[in-house]
Amino acid sequence: MIRFEGVHKAFGDNRVLRGVDLEITKGTSMVIIGGSGTGKSVALKCVLGLITPDQGRILVDGKDSRAGDHDAFLARFGMLFQGGALFDSLPVWQNVAFRLLRGSLKRPQAEAREIAIEKLRRVGLKPDVADRFPAELSGGMQKRVGLARAIAAEPQIIFFDEPTTGLDPIMAGVINDLIREIVTEMGATAMTITHDMSSVRAIADTVAMLHDGVIQWTGPVGQMDVSGDPYLDQFIHGRAEGPIEAVR
Amino acid sequence: MIVLSPLGALGRATLDVLSAMGRVAIFAFATFSHMVRPPFYPREFALALLQIGWLSLPVVGLTALFTGGALALQIYAGGARFNAEAVVPQIVAIGMVRELGPVLVGLMIAARVTSSIAAEIATMKVTEQIDALVTLSTDPMKYLTAPRVLAALITVPILVGIGDVIGIFGGYAVATQNLGFNPATYLKNTVDFLEFRDIVSSLIKGCVFGGIAALMGCYYGMNSGRGAQGVGRATKGSVEAAAVMILAANFLLTGVFFSV
Repeated sequence: MIRFEGVHKAFGDNRVLRGVDLEITKGTSMVIIGGSGTGKSVALKCVLGLITPDQGRILVDGKDSRAGDHDAFLARFGMLFQGGALFDSLPVWQNVAFRLLRGSLKRPQAEAREIAIEKLRRVGLKPDVADRFPAELSGGMQKRVGLARAIAAEPQIIFFDEPTTGLDPIMAGVINDLIREIVTEMGATAMTITHDMSSVRAIADTVAMLHDGVIQWTGPVGQMDVSGDPYLDQFIHGRAEGPIEAVR
Repeated sequence: MIVLSPLGALGRATLDVLSAMGRVAIFAFATFSHMVRPPFYPREFALALLQIGWLSLPVVGLTALFTGGALALQIYAGGARFNAEAVVPQIVAIGMVRELGPVLVGLMIAARVTSSIAAEIATMKVTEQIDALVTLSTDPMKYLTAPRVLAALITVPILVGIGDVIGIFGGYAVATQNLGFNPATYLKNTVDFLEFRDIVSSLIKGCVFGGIAALMGCYYGMNSGRGAQGVGRATKGSVEAAAVMILAANFLLTGVFFSV
């Protein structure tokens, strides 16, 4: 379980998070929605320790995310980055097996390659992709490789940062379905941040809306359309008029 | 108020410079501490040796060759004004080994290696590859910075040694082919005149300049701003800082080795 307790984060005068309280139950898929620049990525990076909150704390299975062995803590996580964040200098299979080639989860090279190819197959890529470099792949293929890397070490918690950004609608649908399938079959806890409503409906068990640095609304995905929350209604229907100020 | 305003600006600039020096010092200390603590990344280290050392050889060799040749011509022309043309081998040797070899190799490494390291790491930062490393339980300082700086500390003195030899050869070629020097006498004068400490100082300078070049590339890359502009600024800043620091370090080291 992941729990945010009064998390604040500011960058200079820009107070991005102003007291985020949120709970993500173990084995469920939480999608955090919100406009651009509302701090969704910041919240996610706070959990991983990539950004340190100014105030508040984040608990993972009851333990403070900043306490204890950070490497062991991170070994429980997998993450799909918005742009893939694949390492240009490494072939695809070494990107996927990165964690399996070094550190506490190190395996023999042949075994790591075998696992990488298996994970690539799981995300719909053929084994011949394994020896290509990220720059030789399309955007959709890079996302799939990023997804394969996120699940390579069988993490308990997986984060997805804007998983469908930059993809055509069909490829976005494929990635959404893959994420849903993988999260379900692994029994992992998932946290996705997006403003793509098709992703929300495909991936989420529960939804939280971040607005003005706080969680504006949270609840099961089924109640999203009947929440009665004017902020959420405006966002999910993409209306320019409403309580959320839209700059024209 | 008119008087205080420039003073305030000067004070702020001084504080900025001092805090930047502090940040670089902390970065350097962290880098050296990662070099001696596991885990180590031999593949990254081997790639850095190749990139910084082996692939820099052509540019270092050509720079040294032409500089040695030009130096011979200048010394011959200058020496002729007071009947001292015969000192060409000695001055070329001293000039190349003590000063021009290490400084020019250092500056070429700053242009070629510092810029490439800064651009690569800055791009990795902008495209979240550095964040990805962290989430994969890999310390970017250990994985990216330590191997590059260590490789530079080892390879740049070797490059300087090679540059010194090629530079002296450039002078030899010009002197014997164009200026009428006897080849055997030229070589004898060169070897007789060089002292052990000339060579040691040259190699130590190479080691220091290599460390500066790689450190600046890594520091500016790791602290790059966002977007293409951030990468551009990091690259430009790294080369400027490395070049100035190499020249300043050269002045200090020359004082240490050769002040009477």
